[in-house]
Amino acid sequence: MQSANGAVVATEALTRSFGARRAVDGVTLSVGTGETLALFGPNGAGKTTLLRMLGGLLRPSSGKAQIGDAILPGGPEVRGRIGVISHQTLLYDALTARENVEFAARLYRVRDPRDKATEALDRMRVLDRADTPVRALSRGLRQRVSVARAIVHSPSVVLADEPFTGLDVAGAKALASLLGELRAAGAALILVTHNIDEGLGLATHAAIMDRGRLVRHEIRSAVNPSSFAREYQELVSANG
Amino acid sequence: MGELLRDAWLIARKDMSIEFRTRSAFLSAIVFALLAIVIFYFAWDATAVSAIDLAPGVLWIIFTFSGLLGMHRSFGVEQPDHAIDGLLASPVSRESIFLGKALASLVFVSAVQVIAIPAVALFYNLPIGSVAIPLAMIALLAAVGLVAVGTLFSAMAVNTRLAELLLPMLALPFFVPIVIPAAQATAKLMSGRPVGDAVGWLKLLVAFDIVFIVACTLAYPFTLEE
Amino acid sequence: MKPTPLSVAAFAAVVVTCIRAIFFTPLEAVQGPAQKILYIHAPAAWVAFMAFALVALASALYLWLREDRLDRIAEASAEVGVMFTTVVLVTGPLWGKPVWGAYWTWDARLTLTLFLWFVYAGYLVLRGAVEDRALRARYSAVLGILGALLIPFIHLSVYLFRTLHPRPILMKPSAPSLPGEMLTTLLMAFAAFTLLYIALLRARYRYAVARDNAHPPEEYSA
Repeated sequence: MQSANGAVVATEALTRSFGARRAVDGVTLSVGTGETLALFGPNGAGKTTLLRMLGGLLRPSSGKAQIGDAILPGGPEVRGRIGVISHQTLLYDALTARENVEFAARLYRVRDPRDKATEALDRMRVLDRADTPVRALSRGLRQRVSVARAIVHSPSVVLADEPFTGLDVAGAKALASLLGELRAAGAALILVTHNIDEGLGLATHAAIMDRGRLVRHEIRSAVNPSSFAREYQELVSANG
Repeated sequence: MGELLRDAWLIARKDMSIEFRTRSAFLSAIVFALLAIVIFYFAWDATAVSAIDLAPGVLWIIFTFSGLLGMHRSFGVEQPDHAIDGLLASPVSRESIFLGKALASLVFVSAVQVIAIPAVALFYNLPIGSVAIPLAMIALLAAVGLVAVGTLFSAMAVNTRLAELLLPMLALPFFVPIVIPAAQATAKLMSGRPVGDAVGWLKLLVAFDIVFIVACTLAYPFTLEE
Repeated sequence: MKPTPLSVAAFAAVVVTCIRAIFFTPLEAVQGPAQKILYIHAPAAWVAFMAFALVALASALYLWLREDRLDRIAEASAEVGVMFTTVVLVTGPLWGKPVWGAYWTWDARLTLTLFLWFVYAGYLVLRGAVEDRALRARYSAVLGILGALLIPFIHLSVYLFRTLHPRPILMKPSAPSLPGEMLTTLLMAFAAFTLLYIALLRARYRYAVARDNAHPPEEYSA
């Protein structure tokens, strides 16, 4: 599942254009087993586009993206290893939380989908509302269900786009602990967030994207949180 | 192949569960069908046109428009919260997404027909008992063609402005080679002709179904952003 | 529209053909002057269907090669094609009324042309309803191909309908057995209309290029 150099997720000069505009411009990065890359960047920097390419939803215009040895966008096999937490919940309002997560489990060919769904909902502390239609849940609870849905198949790669959105303290704690568990099990995480503290708190590596390019990419231990935060602030204000 | 069908069935079941929970599209389609029957009845001069002459037309017009009502929901359910991404990111193939949705729509349209066709027979005093089986077969073949085309256009229309206007506008010309054979075959059956007379029309219907199921399934991945 | 050699030639060809048709081609014995609509009606129908064939071909090639030029060709051909289709649908009844006594008789070919018009209309409305250029091109291409698949089925449906529902024998202009001078005029008309189609296609294509260059593609919110 790891590629030759040990990376689980790897990109090389990855580029995606929409017409004349380069949303992602020559991004090269890699994330290994058990590593967490916190990816920061102003709105419009291309983070979501990058994640969509890594999730197999978008084809690169040029360059390469790989999960293990498989080149993206790959086939069903590759997609089965990836868990996607989007900033939309990807849930069906009319179905219950349990039904949503169980459906995802079946989509991902999980054995014992029912049990795994229950387990996932429990890990996100939302099992007591499992049989409520999603429509009746608050935004925070929906987000918890959405996370449960994303990881029910125990993915080895988790692409999380602002997963803490809408979560209250309890929810955020559950998510952080869940991500820690996944990481301990060897999953590679890419976490897009605006929250410097949250991001740096979970990360082994940190990066900043601006206008499609990776402008900073280093190991967490080399990062000074306050100067990092300042640099990021400047970048965000410069972007207007 | 087995996986394709299994995944399609999984997705179809999900769509049907959602529709069953809300039932709004189904109920609208039924109400529409019943209203249309009533309106056609009152617009009909029974002394000039016999029920048997009128009924096939009424039946298939109702089929067309109530079928349309069901089509929008096909990809409409994936819109809120971008649930379609959940399907696209998963290991299921794009073709199975399309087939699963088409299958769910087929169940929907057939369920509407199961109510609408007997209703037409009832209100117009039509003796369809003897031709029930051939009629059911025609209805099924027509439904298959309708959902093949309707599901694809639903996938496209849902991403446009004027989605609710666009879907009928695109789909209706494609429904014509379904409705003409179906109505003609129905007319033959109802006026007591042997089934053999309607075979030409049935062949056309089957050919349409095969061509468009294949074409629309193959076309679906092209409607996705890549 | 800037006059190019092609457009001038096309315009001239159409005018010359019209003059020849009106003044220098004999009257048809039975139908009289109304028959001369043939010289517009038939070539316009030829162009209408040919234009759609190009839409379908460009659509298929676009899905394969993803070249923007192909999408613009499809767009241009559709807009020009729908114009010619409208001409067919207008001249048909105008011809039908004096000759057959009715504006519309569900004649097989005219009915097929009517459906062609619906497909064109759907195609153009679809294009108008999608703002993102890449999405619009993909959707249009799919519709272009499906529309091409539809036409034979419509034809078969109408044909089967006709053979099972014989109509009273109507007078029909029979192109192949036209006497010499009429045939010549007709062939000239076909050539002139084809030239006109190409000229209009090019002009419309150029417009599409200019429009696309003036408005860079919309931003995609990443």
